[in-house]
Amino acid sequence: MELFIFYALMAFVLIAAFIAVETRNLLSAVICVGAIGFGGSLIFLFLKAPDIAMTQIVVEVLGLVILIRATISRDLTFISGDREFFGMVVSVVILFAIFMAGIGIFRQLPDFGTAVYTRTPEAASQTYVSRGLEETGASNIVTSVILDFRAYDTLGEATVLFASIIGATAILRKKAKKLPEDLDE
Amino acid sequence: MAANSSPSNGAKGMTVIVKTISSWVKMLIFLFGIYIIITGHLTPGGGFAGGVIIAGSYVLLMLAFGREFVEENLPLRWASRFDCIGALLFALVAVLGLILGGSFFVNWLFRQQILPSKALELVSAGTIPLSNIFIGIKVGASLFLIILVLSMFRPAHLRGEKE
Repeated sequence: MELFIFYALMAFVLIAAFIAVETRNLLSAVICVGAIGFGGSLIFLFLKAPDIAMTQIVVEVLGLVILIRATISRDLTFISGDREFFGMVVSVVILFAIFMAGIGIFRQLPDFGTAVYTRTPEAASQTYVSRGLEETGASNIVTSVILDFRAYDTLGEATVLFASIIGATAILRKKAKKLPEDLDE
Repeated sequence: MAANSSPSNGAKGMTVIVKTISSWVKMLIFLFGIYIIITGHLTPGGGFAGGVIIAGSYVLLMLAFGREFVEENLPLRWASRFDCIGALLFALVAVLGLILGGSFFVNWLFRQQILPSKALELVSAGTIPLSNIFIGIKVGASLFLIILVLSMFRPAHLRGEKE
């Protein structure tokens, strides 16, 4: 039963992705992207990753609002014109090559639904799971990893967010900075 | 998706129904964000998810009441200050680890047993809840800032219509 729900979710996400690529109406494309995100968060929930599912769903809501409110209503909502034949052929060939490589790679992975770290006994994640509570005191193992064992990652993520916000506010600000000759007034 | 102004109210924003509901729901969403942040070390969630929820409560207000209403409560200047303060305090926690604990990002509050730290309690795990709170402030302010800036922005072909 669980597997059936899982496959249904995956089919839902795939169909939404196809519609998002193929449709000509930008608003329906954005809504389909949102459907992909919500399906993805449900998949994360079924894979027993509530942290990721929660973050995914709130970011998806905010991203949808930003896309619809700030972008769609200000721009053209329909795409016109046809695809280039050469570009389509090239992308299909590249996607086929990646698909064939992917088949080989996915054979190496452990069975679906089993944790990767159970395969190698000396993996670092074994330490995180077994000693996380006594070394950091946090009962949420994910938080103890992202804020204690791997806090550098979080610092980098915060820096990336900070830099992108600075860029957005600098580019999109309403009032321009004063020119040097206007400064003395 | 344009802001449909209700004739009875005369103000900017959506209809009376949306305004009433969102004025009831806004504090619940905000409190839920705070809850997600401060129990991030015990239950699923954490600074990032809670910060996004807090930004979401402001975005709800912005959609319902219009941009000017939100700008009065939390101006762009203050949002960018909160953003910088959160980032600075998060870095400060890390640097304090370097000074007091010996290495960058070490959990100095937990290692040296400064606070009583029993597992599964709200005040535990040393610097992890502190970092969660600072990241929550930072992420909430910055995501609010980005949607504020994006909704202020008018492309060139629309610029002449308003203002």
